[in-house]
Amino acid sequence: MTNVVGQAISWDLNEGVIEVALHRSPCNEIGSESLEDLEQLAAALPTLEEHAHALIIYSKLDCGFCAGADLRELYSRSQQMAKADAASGVRAFLERIHHVMNTIDASPLTTIAVVHGICFGGGFELTLACDLIIADKTARFCFPELRLGLIPGFGGIPRLKRDLGNAVVRDLLLTGRSFNATKAQQIGLVSQVVADGQALRVARATAAQLAKFDRNTSAAAKKFIKPIPYDELSREIDIFCELFERPAVEAGLKKFVESTDAQPYLP
Amino acid sequence: MPDQRETLEEILDLAATQFKVSRSNLSPDDDFFKTLRIDSLQALSLLTRLEQHFNIELPDYEMQGVSDFRTLAERIQARL
Repeated sequence: MTNVVGQAISWDLNEGVIEVALHRSPCNEIGSESLEDLEQLAAALPTLEEHAHALIIYSKLDCGFCAGADLRELYSRSQQMAKADAASGVRAFLERIHHVMNTIDASPLTTIAVVHGICFGGGFELTLACDLIIADKTARFCFPELRLGLIPGFGGIPRLKRDLGNAVVRDLLLTGRSFNATKAQQIGLVSQVVADGQALRVARATAAQLAKFDRNTSAAAKKFIKPIPYDELSREIDIFCELFERPAVEAGLKKFVESTDAQPYLP
Repeated sequence: MPDQRETLEEILDLAATQFKVSRSNLSPDDDFFKTLRIDSLQALSLLTRLEQHFNIELPDYEMQGVSDFRTLAERIQARL
């Protein structure tokens, strides 16, 4: 299907460009609903790819690109299960989301993440599966997972390590600090920084440029320069699951979910 | 380089503009979460705007526990 409207994510194919829109309130948190839509997209990609040269993923919400994993759903589901079941449920969720991320990462299309506002945790990890990130000046990136006693679990560390120097990765990961689009461009993460509200337009212009090139050549170049670190991605799931079983994580999630503090997103 | 008083004034001007409140309603010792009626995500958007305006990088953990404009100005001044 070339035009799908999901509960959390929709997409359409138009003139060789697949545009994927995130639209789940409050800020595109990735839970089971978003995952199901993403899986549907991943399943549809091989067919869509036959008629496309680029994929753009963006958010329709004012808050930003994506605030990350749906921690409220994660916490409430884990509370309804025995500990062992919760751990296996988390592993199953991670394996499913990794399959989606790997599918996007390995797509022969040139993929562009369009970022404005908040781009945290799992949302940041989704952008890292893409080939290019175009951000407007409101964009803010962060891996806040360590304050919950976790590491990023949607493939973020291996992909960030693939793209950036290890010292930069350590800084972003171990401090959990957020950083703006200018910094993201300085460290080589973001390819273009544009004025507020202009990122999608620029991404479309970039996609139009890509259409001038032979599709198979672009796909070959991408495959050559962007290897997928499958072993490290698999190891990331193991480490996440080991950490998830500790009581400190449950306490951290509880604190976040029940917080009435005005600053829950500040690490 | 602006002095701390000028930095504070610029922060108040920026906050008033970004969150569409009257500048005259903002004071240096206001709790900006309450006065601007913003949550932490909106505070991060203010931080982004301030970083751009002053051309600095201000890690958000330096904002932890900071809720008044005067202390925010001190943090920014230390980076100028």
